[in-house]
Amino acid sequence: MRQRARAGVLTYAALIVLTVVSLFPLVWTAVAASGSNGRLARTPPPLWFGDDLPENLAAAWTDAAMGTALLNTTIVAGTVAAGTVLFSTLAGFAFAKLRFRFKDLLLLLVVGTMMVPPQLSVVPLFMLVAELSWTDRLQSVVLPALVSGFGVFFMRQYLVTALPTELVEAARVDGASGPRVMWHVVFPAARPAMAVLAMLTFVMSWNDFFWPIIALTQSNPTVQVALTGLGRGYIPDQSVIMAGALLGTLPLLLVFVVFGRRIVGGIMQGAVKG
Amino acid sequence: MLSGTTAPVSGPRAERTARRGRTHRWAARWSPYAYLAPFFVFFAAFGLFPLLYTGWASLHRVELTAPTDMEWVGLRNYSRLLTDEFFWNALRNTVTIGLMSTVPQLLMALGIAHLLHHRLRGSTFFRVVALTPYATSVAAATLVFVLLFGRDFGLVNWALGLAGADPVDWQNGRWTSQFAVSTIVIWRWTGYNALIYLAALQAVPGELYESAALDGASRWRQFAHVTVPSLRPTILFTCVVSTIGATQLFGEPLLFNGSAGATGGSDHQFQTLGLYLYEQGWVNLHLGRASAIAWAMFLILLLAGAVVALAGAYRRRTG
Repeated sequence: MRQRARAGVLTYAALIVLTVVSLFPLVWTAVAASGSNGRLARTPPPLWFGDDLPENLAAAWTDAAMGTALLNTTIVAGTVAAGTVLFSTLAGFAFAKLRFRFKDLLLLLVVGTMMVPPQLSVVPLFMLVAELSWTDRLQSVVLPALVSGFGVFFMRQYLVTALPTELVEAARVDGASGPRVMWHVVFPAARPAMAVLAMLTFVMSWNDFFWPIIALTQSNPTVQVALTGLGRGYIPDQSVIMAGALLGTLPLLLVFVVFGRRIVGGIMQGAVKG
Repeated sequence: MLSGTTAPVSGPRAERTARRGRTHRWAARWSPYAYLAPFFVFFAAFGLFPLLYTGWASLHRVELTAPTDMEWVGLRNYSRLLTDEFFWNALRNTVTIGLMSTVPQLLMALGIAHLLHHRLRGSTFFRVVALTPYATSVAAATLVFVLLFGRDFGLVNWALGLAGADPVDWQNGRWTSQFAVSTIVIWRWTGYNALIYLAALQAVPGELYESAALDGASRWRQFAHVTVPSLRPTILFTCVVSTIGATQLFGEPLLFNGSAGATGGSDHQFQTLGLYLYEQGWVNLHLGRASAIAWAMFLILLLAGAVVALAGAYRRRTG
């Protein structure tokens, strides 16, 4: 490998600008959420924290149903992440290590599913949900999200190199059944990629917008549905709206603080192989 | 598979081995489909079926108030789109916002990837920071940017005022509102694309640079003749993904409008196709017309893809 250039002062200066631009809107959300509504109608606009953060958070929690929304979103994103990881690992293993007819064609189909815009499915999904009386029920946003062509492809790319084919064959010859091979050979080998896929899926599901807006209402919202309600004049108090935005973002920021390195690694890993 | 070629052994043991061999062959033949089944069953139910049924619904008059009541109208939903000024307006806005958000975004992402490719102290910190906007949802980000771009008390206008400029009515101008909406998209996605470029940069073999340096190539020529060609597949990939994302733009223009519904501004100045679909289906309650818009979006995307593919093939042929 060529020795990469050492960063100079200008590089660090540019990266500090990047840091400020990336973080400023989030920090300012907290600034705006920490004062009164009237403070936001002053010139100059507030640039430092006020004293009203607890009250505004409490108001967002109760008036804007952020409490329910956070619980709902945790359930939805958790279920979607678990289901996606399981299904993607099963299918990814088959594509990576097994021989069967139409394999290439089916893999192409999986990749093709990534290109289909969600707009193309909302009308029939809405009819289905209405027919089943699932409006406002969480399964209406969980079930359609369990399919991820990206997830299958991601797991396949990982398992092609990470899981030795001889290991699978050996387990077979020893008479291990399919589920036993999965449990004792495939899952242990796939675990790092499964963790990364789980985090990426959790983030995507947490922020999923278009379909939840249609399938759910303010009486049983996810975070994004509740925030949309806030933005559409549900509550006139801007600082409470910002408190809601803060509450809806903090859990993911926490995930990023703890697992940021692995999420970054996962995105970069998927990029090279994809 | 291996057990299918067992040596000839006699007695009950042989029979057991043979039976196990048959089970194994059967399992080896069919188990791959069992592993694929969950994905394809869910895809058929929640991906393929809705896709096709949207096409079917687009040939009908269907109202949200009675979704099962479908009246065949043939291609009328499509022919109405052709003369619908709001559809063309939304298509134009989708293209202009798409260009305004994608082109600067990818250029900046390349620059940031170049910065991050240096040997750095705290490189993990900067990478995670670059990705934090990606962790912010469309809704949360747009709500903040609405305030920042506020006409009377927004931070952006205040900063412009310090620089001696007049305040801008961001929301009501066509270009200013599209600029603001594009800013939200750029803020959320630049870091993500930068990491993808960074991964590609790290995969460029060092020998390429060494031989280029031996040939006396300058820094800039190395960039133009080694870096860019090596990154070409990645650049193409990010262009495709960003284009697909841009055609679907929905949350930002919906919430940038605040309380005024799904019109995309008082003059529809930032209404995108995604937003127009939502307005037709869930504000005006015409599900059939919404389906036609969805398929029109899909066809436009396929057409764009075909043009790009043809252009690529033509370039390869002419060298």
